[in-house]
Amino acid sequence: MDSALLLEKSILVAILTLITLGIAMYSTYGERKVAAFMQDRIGPNRAGKFGLLQPLADGGKLFFKEEFIPVQAEKWLFILGPAVAMVTATITSAVIPWGTEIPMFGRNVQLQVADVNIGVLYIMGVVSVGVYGIMIGGWASNNKYSLFGAIRASAQMISYELSMGLALIAVIMMSGTLSLREIVAQQSGMNWNIFYQPIGFILFFVSALAECNRAPFDLPECETELIGGYHTEYSSMKLGFYLFSEYVNMFVSSALMVTLYFGGYNFPGMSYISDPTFLGIAQVAVMFAKVFFFIFVFIWIRWTLPRFRYDQLMHLGWKTMIPLALANMVVTGAVILLFGN
Amino acid sequence: MSTPESYIPILIQLAFSIGFVALALYLSQLLGPKKKTKQKLEVFECGIESQGDARFPVSVKYFLSAILFVLFDVEVIFFYPYAVNFRELGWEGFVAVLTFVGFFLAGFIYVWKKGALEWER
Repeated sequence: MDSALLLEKSILVAILTLITLGIAMYSTYGERKVAAFMQDRIGPNRAGKFGLLQPLADGGKLFFKEEFIPVQAEKWLFILGPAVAMVTATITSAVIPWGTEIPMFGRNVQLQVADVNIGVLYIMGVVSVGVYGIMIGGWASNNKYSLFGAIRASAQMISYELSMGLALIAVIMMSGTLSLREIVAQQSGMNWNIFYQPIGFILFFVSALAECNRAPFDLPECETELIGGYHTEYSSMKLGFYLFSEYVNMFVSSALMVTLYFGGYNFPGMSYISDPTFLGIAQVAVMFAKVFFFIFVFIWIRWTLPRFRYDQLMHLGWKTMIPLALANMVVTGAVILLFGN
Repeated sequence: MSTPESYIPILIQLAFSIGFVALALYLSQLLGPKKKTKQKLEVFECGIESQGDARFPVSVKYFLSAILFVLFDVEVIFFYPYAVNFRELGWEGFVAVLTFVGFFLAGFIYVWKKGALEWER
């Protein structure tokens, strides 16, 4: 790997990380504004115009708050927990293609950090590590509420990882590759996977909600039972990381849903655009427009549906999603073999 | 087509995000006030005095679902290589995988009938 490419990738990583953090910050703003709209309130409107500076104020406030570690807690694991949650959340986006390529400074810059042929497996792997962030933090707090939150979170996340993995198999059978770049390339124009895999998409979407600990599956932090759940003992930026990683995960899983089922950066009429610079920009814009729509859906669901009960949650995960995902996989295989492509 | 070199950007991203996390943790530790009192450093327990610590056994159900996850996740991972080579393997491969799905289901139904997935009791 030559140094120019290394520099290019480093800049791409820096931009992607900044965009990820920016989107996560403004998702909190979006969440509060949407919630306010749905509940007939105004929402944040003091910091800046329309309250647009509110996320910055919140971030700054988290930095200047006192940070303390309870005496009973395991100090290093207590610090490690939120760090793991945040790191795993931000590195998932490495394999997602945001566009094909864009000519810049005489080079064709690939709009994807790492084009590896095991993209889907990489994401599944990193998502699995994400469970540790919550588990370590909740256990290390040495608080009963945190422990219950952490145990609930890990049981829930591993249960829904199964159905997520099974739902993805049908997509992989259709595309015959684990590389996200190729999966997107195969969905050119309007040939999106959602038209062939509606059930697979619904399974994946529900699993993604549960993986992100989002309502209606936000039992790990359900405030009426567990105060704050796994982050009860956290303060300052460590608390910020837990809250933040939830929004980063939301952004990444929206991007993943768009990539796998909604054609990624593809849009109808893409082949008529000949200018490569404009094409690259248009692809990124379309990709992000789709991602923002799914982030909105996440928020919309949170403020619409009530929380599940824990046994209902586990029943849905094990007794409904897994058999359904298995059936979806078998039917997909049979249909492809019977009717060709 | 992808070589060991194509994983370098992932390492760059990992280094970048570890750097960001470490910096932010250090800064917040540096910037915040430090007025520690004995009460503040106790674990939170709804305002009453905390009783003991959180090192106690919890319901075995959680452990059971973790064990079942390990079992079934390994089986799910076995489907991935098949799914990638699905078209080349054709009907023959499909029938072979159907028997594997049968084994998966046999285990799953056994677990279900044994009541390992019941959370009400």
